[in-house]
Amino acid sequence: MSGEKHITYSYFPGCTLRNKAVELDRCARVSAEALGFTLEEVPDWQCCGGTYPLAKDEVATKLSSVRALASARDAGHSLVTICSACHNVIKQVNNDMRTDDSIVQKVNNYLKEDKISYHGETDVLHYLEVLRDVVGWDTVKAKVKKPLTGKKIGAYYGCLLLRPGKVMQMDDPENPKILEDFIRAVGAEPVTYSLRNECCGAYTIFEDKTIPAERSKKILADAEEHGADMLVTACPLCRYNLIKNKGDSKLNVVYFTELLAEAIC
Amino acid sequence: MLESELAKIKDEILSVSGVNPRKCMCCGKCSGTCPSYDAMEYHPHEFVHMVETGDIEPLLTTKSLYTCLSCFACIERCPRQVEPAKLVEAVRMVVERQRGPQHLEAENVPGLIDGDMPQQAVVSAFRKYRK
Amino acid sequence: MQRIGVFVCHCGTNIAGTVDVKAVAEALGKENGVVYSTDYTYMCSASGQQLISEAIKEKNLTGVVVCSCSPRMHENTFRKCAERSGINPYMLEIANIREQDSWICKDMPTATAKAVALGKAAVAKVTLNAPLTAGETPVTKRALVIGGGIAGIQTALDIAEAGFPVDIVETKPTIGGKMAQLDKTFPTLDCAACILTPRMVECGQHENIRILSYSEVTQVKGFVGNFTVTIKRKARYVDETKCTGCGECTEKCPQKKVPNEFNMNLDNRHAIYIPFAQAVPKVATIDPDYCMKLKDGKCGVCSIVCQAKAIDYTAKDTFIEEKYGAVVVATGYNPIDLSKYNEFAYAESRDVVSSLEFERLMNAAGPTGGTLLRPSDGKHPKTIVFVQCVGSRCSADAEKGHEYCSKICCMYTAKHAILTRDHYPDTECYVFYIDVRTPGKNFDEFYRRAVEQYGVHYIKGMVGKVTPQADGTLDVQGSDLIMDKQVHIKADMVVLAASIEADKTARPLATMLTASMDTNDFFTEAHPKLRPVESPTAGVYLSGCCQGPKDIPDTVAQASAAASKVIGLLVKDKLKNNPCVAESNEDMCNGCSQCENVCPYGAITYIQKDFRGPNRTTVTRRVAQVNPAVCQGCGACTVTCPSGAMDLKGFTNKEIMAEVDAICR
Repeated sequence: MSGEKHITYSYFPGCTLRNKAVELDRCARVSAEALGFTLEEVPDWQCCGGTYPLAKDEVATKLSSVRALASARDAGHSLVTICSACHNVIKQVNNDMRTDDSIVQKVNNYLKEDKISYHGETDVLHYLEVLRDVVGWDTVKAKVKKPLTGKKIGAYYGCLLLRPGKVMQMDDPENPKILEDFIRAVGAEPVTYSLRNECCGAYTIFEDKTIPAERSKKILADAEEHGADMLVTACPLCRYNLIKNKGDSKLNVVYFTELLAEAIC
Repeated sequence: MLESELAKIKDEILSVSGVNPRKCMCCGKCSGTCPSYDAMEYHPHEFVHMVETGDIEPLLTTKSLYTCLSCFACIERCPRQVEPAKLVEAVRMVVERQRGPQHLEAENVPGLIDGDMPQQAVVSAFRKYRK
Repeated sequence: MQRIGVFVCHCGTNIAGTVDVKAVAEALGKENGVVYSTDYTYMCSASGQQLISEAIKEKNLTGVVVCSCSPRMHENTFRKCAERSGINPYMLEIANIREQDSWICKDMPTATAKAVALGKAAVAKVTLNAPLTAGETPVTKRALVIGGGIAGIQTALDIAEAGFPVDIVETKPTIGGKMAQLDKTFPTLDCAACILTPRMVECGQHENIRILSYSEVTQVKGFVGNFTVTIKRKARYVDETKCTGCGECTEKCPQKKVPNEFNMNLDNRHAIYIPFAQAVPKVATIDPDYCMKLKDGKCGVCSIVCQAKAIDYTAKDTFIEEKYGAVVVATGYNPIDLSKYNEFAYAESRDVVSSLEFERLMNAAGPTGGTLLRPSDGKHPKTIVFVQCVGSRCSADAEKGHEYCSKICCMYTAKHAILTRDHYPDTECYVFYIDVRTPGKNFDEFYRRAVEQYGVHYIKGMVGKVTPQADGTLDVQGSDLIMDKQVHIKADMVVLAASIEADKTARPLATMLTASMDTNDFFTEAHPKLRPVESPTAGVYLSGCCQGPKDIPDTVAQASAAASKVIGLLVKDKLKNNPCVAESNEDMCNGCSQCENVCPYGAITYIQKDFRGPNRTTVTRRVAQVNPAVCQGCGACTVTCPSGAMDLKGFTNKEIMAEVDAICR
């Protein structure tokens, strides 16, 4: 993509990006414009629910995602998400709407009242996938005005961006490269460490605070040991857990869009 | 509990989860990879084994139901696609549906949050612990 | 007009206990064309056959019906009897009134009625039978073995010793296969090279064996006894007839950065190379992807130092065509690609290795000269964790790895652990296992030695994550199911028992040979229990891991078995074909190719044939032709044929309809 065709995507920000994680959202939009695509917010979107319901007979909890997907389809766009959790929920729900006949039937029955009928027509993309597959890392690199030279940055994927691999299909869940390529594109040096795709503890802060504390400490220690100065992530909850349980670690955790905006704007 | 009650609960767990526990070859990779192992009383491989053998009563009251992170590691890495996390969630759902949501009370939430906590955390917790 | 004799067997009480045999004989005696009908206690016995024989001669019978056990039991017996007695063996039909009647019916009236019906059908069929003669095809007394590993070597040696010429075609520059890469073999801990290399030399020196190394099969035509195979001899850029294998060229070659496949890419080799010191043939080969002379026209040092003047940069791939009577497939296996298993940090850490890489690290001729050292820093590992079943026993819907058990890994891991503990008693070894499968001779005892004598720690459970630490060690996180714990082991090396799979050349080769394969790309045997070394395609035999994962003892046993089948074929001057084959009526054939497409054996081809047209013209038409030597008589073509031109001799459409009509009467 070299500035010829300006693409518009439907965009699902999710509740947290409008509130506690505004920077994640703001930097994303600003960078998008600079890179030649527009994020058009889905009108009247509702919270995705934060976690994908694993039960086979859960239908009502999937409806908000389906409404957003249908809205994107009607606008003729693919749907872009940024928050890892929203991405995981919506992409898995979309996969159900493409493969599980009983869910398709029940969901569409529910939505008859809203006059919505959806069968998985929309493609769900993560912002990073747009950068990799549509814009291209070379173009991103070309647009960088302030490269982050000398910075050693670890990618923290968390568990939701990549798994389950067969549905998310963003990258190899055990050996991903997409965030490392992003870090290179903005001029910094990526640091690889094994715990980059393991869970931070997520919502168990409400059950037992020691769980996210333990998890975060391990992750930060692993990244720091391998030479990282900072971590980038796409998930507000991951960032919260890592920062809250920083302990002695010197690592700062920022959103990848903040880095992007810093580099190209 | 009566055996017939347990049998019914087992059927419900299996149909809600869509899991076939007989696919399991008892390798232990799920528990080997679980990041929350030490915080769980019954571990992913035990969920699979105990649901299949019908030894379900201990699972209904264990704290493990709430310390599973839903991180999909066991789902991703199980060589036989057994998907243990779906069983854990199914047991939790069956319990919640039967007795009603009791685990996370709304009035306790303000004491647990702080100014930086993202909404995502509260929403996910409610969905996991009260549905 | 047929004169048919009916012979109803009692089979002791097996049939007579449930079927009123005398009534059956009487009823069938009244059928059209039946001139003689009798019963007897054991028709297959010498006296029973005598009975048939005498009746044929005395009553001038033209056709025989035997009501007895399944044709799979005694059809051949009775056919031979008929032939001895002077009638065509295919003028005989069996009515199975045992497996299909007396063994399944509960009461005599039902059983007897069914026996009569089956008998009538057989009579109706025999009435329409025509005499058939088995054709003959000659046999080329030469065998082809595709693959030069231990399987191919053993098969070739056995065939050669029996006096027949054999060609071994091997894609690598040398024979030896995977066994040449092994260090020691279980359960004896014999040195692999020590027991293999004498066989390799024997192959190289045997007057009946020709080794075509650095070659591939590109086309196979023909059928059993008469294969014509095209073999591509890849350009070596070194004249095999001149090269003495002195190795001067390999020492002087300036291109030293080529990944050495023999050492599993753990070290480098030169662009001109001999794969290992005991290579057969001991001839250098130039790798065209890395040679500076071949790529950029620079260098040329090897041709200068070569005393034998064997280097030829202008060489090209050549093709030869050879005729063979039998083909043996011995294409072997490869360990799977482990790049999808990065939960074990395989891509991230050089100290996480596959089992075959570990063999090379232990081997005296390997990249570290036989001392076990970590690939990352050359230090000696003090703690090694072995992970079983990586990529094996995975369900199909996991879409990662294979469903089957790879059979050799439990044993070779015990072997690795024993050798490690033997050489380095202060190195701790842990094995994470699901099951320990050690069924062979002395196998379980071997595994017990690992545990009891050598102190290897076996943990029932599986590794979930390997995290490389900054200090160079590996944090191995796994489950210990017996202790109900999640353990963390600080390891210096992790060895993954990678699943083994069929070689990539197997599937294209199967297509060339019209041999069948299963969904795992293993060649299918003619019968999984009773015919393990023959492919369903006549003349194609199977040897070694191309048929399924197996260890060296089983491979050698199977290789010799395949050789014995080949020898049994080549010893014949002529092959008698099964005459119950398909035949196309050229006047009705419209040349549509449906039969050719559906034939599983490749027995049907099309030819252009001239026919007499109206007004003394000649019309050329495309018609089907069945090769009776290859046709197995399955009948698929007869069903597919839209014009009804294709029919099956011995089981013609008319005959089958007559049977149905007889039963329905």
